[in-house]
Amino acid sequence: MIEIKDLHKKFGKNEVLSGVNLSVDRGKIIAVLGPNGSGKTTLIKSILGMVVPNKGEILLDGKSVLGKWKYRESIDYLPQIANFPHNLTVKELIRMIKDLRKQKNVDDNALIKLFKLEPFLGKKLGNLSGGTKQKVNILLTFMFESPLIILDEPTSGLDPISLIRLKELIYSEKEKGKTILITSHIMSFVEEVSEEIVFLLEGKIYFKGSIAELKDKTGQPDFEHAIASILTQSYA
Amino acid sequence: MLKILKYSFYDLMRSRWSYVYFGFYLILGFVLLFLNNNVSKAVITLMNVIIILVPLIGTIFGVMYYYNSKEFTGLLLAQPLKRSTIFLGQYFGVALSLSMSLVIGLGIPFVAYGIFMSDAIWDFGLLLLTGAFLTFIFTALSFNIGLRNENRIKGFGYAILLWLFMAVIYDGILLMSLMIFADYPLDTFSLTASMFNPIDLSRILILLKLDISALMGYTGALFQKFFGTSLGIFLSISVLALWVLIPVWLIRRVARKKDF
Amino acid sequence: MLKQIIPHICLVVLLALSSSNVRAETIRVCKSCEARTIKEGVRKAAAYDTVLVEKGTYKEVDILIDKPLVLKGENYPLIDGELKGEIITIVSDDVTVDGLFIINVGTSYTKDYAAVRVIKSKNFLIQNLVLEKLFFGIYLEKSSHGRVYHNNIIGDAVEEYNSGNGIQLWYSHHVDIENNIVSRVRDGIYLEFADNCNILNNTSSHNVRYGLHFMFSNNDRYENNTFENNGAGVAVMFSKGIEMYDNVFRDNWGTAAYGMLLKEINDSDIVGNVFQENTVGINIEGSNRVTYRNNDFISNGWAIKSRGACYANIFQENNFLYNSFDLSYNSKLNDNKFEDNYWSNYTGYDLDRDGIGDIPYRPVKLFSYVVNNTPESIILLRSLFIDIIDFSEKVSPVFTPDNLVDVRPKMKQIVHDRN
Repeated sequence: MIEIKDLHKKFGKNEVLSGVNLSVDRGKIIAVLGPNGSGKTTLIKSILGMVVPNKGEILLDGKSVLGKWKYRESIDYLPQIANFPHNLTVKELIRMIKDLRKQKNVDDNALIKLFKLEPFLGKKLGNLSGGTKQKVNILLTFMFESPLIILDEPTSGLDPISLIRLKELIYSEKEKGKTILITSHIMSFVEEVSEEIVFLLEGKIYFKGSIAELKDKTGQPDFEHAIASILTQSYA
Repeated sequence: MLKILKYSFYDLMRSRWSYVYFGFYLILGFVLLFLNNNVSKAVITLMNVIIILVPLIGTIFGVMYYYNSKEFTGLLLAQPLKRSTIFLGQYFGVALSLSMSLVIGLGIPFVAYGIFMSDAIWDFGLLLLTGAFLTFIFTALSFNIGLRNENRIKGFGYAILLWLFMAVIYDGILLMSLMIFADYPLDTFSLTASMFNPIDLSRILILLKLDISALMGYTGALFQKFFGTSLGIFLSISVLALWVLIPVWLIRRVARKKDF
Repeated sequence: MLKQIIPHICLVVLLALSSSNVRAETIRVCKSCEARTIKEGVRKAAAYDTVLVEKGTYKEVDILIDKPLVLKGENYPLIDGELKGEIITIVSDDVTVDGLFIINVGTSYTKDYAAVRVIKSKNFLIQNLVLEKLFFGIYLEKSSHGRVYHNNIIGDAVEEYNSGNGIQLWYSHHVDIENNIVSRVRDGIYLEFADNCNILNNTSSHNVRYGLHFMFSNNDRYENNTFENNGAGVAVMFSKGIEMYDNVFRDNWGTAAYGMLLKEINDSDIVGNVFQENTVGINIEGSNRVTYRNNDFISNGWAIKSRGACYANIFQENNFLYNSFDLSYNSKLNDNKFEDNYWSNYTGYDLDRDGIGDIPYRPVKLFSYVVNNTPESIILLRSLFIDIIDFSEKVSPVFTPDNLVDVRPKMKQIVHDRN
């Protein structure tokens, strides 16, 4: 599905990605982890074409995506910070995104009900709380039917019920055979939903494999400690 | 691109700044006309306003819109849209709504006053055309500033500086160099120098209408040809168009390489 | 006033005398008449007769009128000089030439051939002529007490050196030049050593050099004339006692073009004129004690350019409207007085509401100095930078004459009482 080869990215002098090689199989849920500034978001944004890499290649279904834009029709992206134009209402935003993506089979009403967004439809996005914005964010991501879903910190600001709904959504999308890429700081969430993890450290992939393999490698009994041990080792 | 243009335009049509801008021109138009009671004088005052204020508002508003719509831009970047489409759509949305505020805001009082019956209709039309050109030019320049500066404060600083340079400093330098090199023939130089500043260019375009009698007083053959024939108007408008096209092309170029 | 009427009265009295004392005959000129040519008609006529030229074409030059008579055309007969020389020469008093269409006056670099020339004669009347393809039009030489009325002179001059003037007066006095239309000659109306003349209601336009040009001609009156689109406008030089009322000077554009050029003009009145869209409205050099009142200066490059040596002039109740520059001065001295004018560029206020601005107006801008020294800088006209330096000069004058102000600028445009 996704094939990343020798990806390099510098911001000024700061080298954020230094030779990332990664391949992700279709129908899997992958979590990208790493400390702050390890290049998670940069990696995701490179796949989305928002960041232009200095070197390397990104292939989606065998086709290069660098400098292209049409391929984004097959990606649903949930950005990390849900910032929307303040002057638009929720309804208008939904209509606009639908209009821009030109996709026919759009299932927004079910999601509106699921997250109980009906009372907010006529409100301006500038007046919404952080949690509600995140719900709108999720709605915009999941209402389309694309083979690849990228979620950047999907849990932030969500109440427990919505969190459960989100997990259900992720599972049901996986059932449909979609590939899902997630970054998150909430280890329990990652442990629960992901099948495979990719650990980024200083711009390189430090570890790729299942959670069980990670526990084995670090010799730690639980996931959170396994991660912590990687970090203490690397900084030691 | 038209879709983005449409959404940016709607977004702006709702923002209170467009109304402030529109209202300002409306009031300015009425005050000028009905206090002076004289179209010719109003057109002259208006010229000063357009030459100075339109670029200022174009730059500030352009930079402001660019920074304020960063979220919107982020949202759009993840959609299956070409980058140039996004930025050019936003740019044309801003430039178009600003020009419309200008043209309609000034148009209403002048039409109400009976500009269609007056000889000043051509001067006035030229004034509005120049105003629209300046809006497009300075909005494009400010988008370039925004795209190249992540830091808002810096961006605003550069925007103000750009305006100050074009509106005042440039002419100061030009005048100084004219005075220093007064012994040499300078008509080619002074005309060429004016081409490199869209504010000067627009000013000259308006001078061609308002002050042609004074301009014809200068001996230089090039001046005579430039101001005495339609060459002046033709050339000025072409170069103004270039002043729109080049920054727009730069927006495309920068947008293609930039990280978000 | 009386002075101006005297020539009219003289003329009327003389005409009345001549018609009552002498029984006048009429000699007709046509292909089948008693006289076949105009020359023949003139020869056959006795003094105070009328020579009536019927419609037709007469190829004649050097028609000499040496006795008092009326030469009158019926339905504009055409006299074609075939470029051979002068057409009509008048050397007698009391001659009237009326209603002729004269073309093809000869051109020469040594002799000033004219369509009609009057030499050392009095009481002439030249009217209703149409002159085309001419060298000189109507040439008055050492003549006086005559009238040139309602003629239409249409030249085709391109260059100064091979063209002549429309109406020329040389050492002539007490002549009325009225209601003529002169265009496309060298100088429309030219006066040299011509005193006590009235130039009224003429239109002089599209001439190669000057619409009106006079030198050494004193005590003349110019009223209700229109001078437009002339190569260099109007030139008025070395004369005194000139009265210029209600004339229009318009559209004289060019590097050396003026609405009016005043040089060494003293003790004159310039009242009620309109100067519109000229490169320079009035260019003044060495003129003293001239009163400028009730004039309108509209949309000129420079309304007034003062080149120095101008003393004791008064500018009163004029309108200065939308000129690029109201006044340019090339010295720091000022002995001229500006008051009660309306300046459209005035930005002051009138708190006591007496119609007079509370702060004086400074008509000379610093930028006009800059343009004098560096003409190319005209391209910076109306720039914000220029406005700033002009403003600072206004606040503390350094380059412009400190006392050159209109202390009583009007708040509203002055409505002139013209009739």
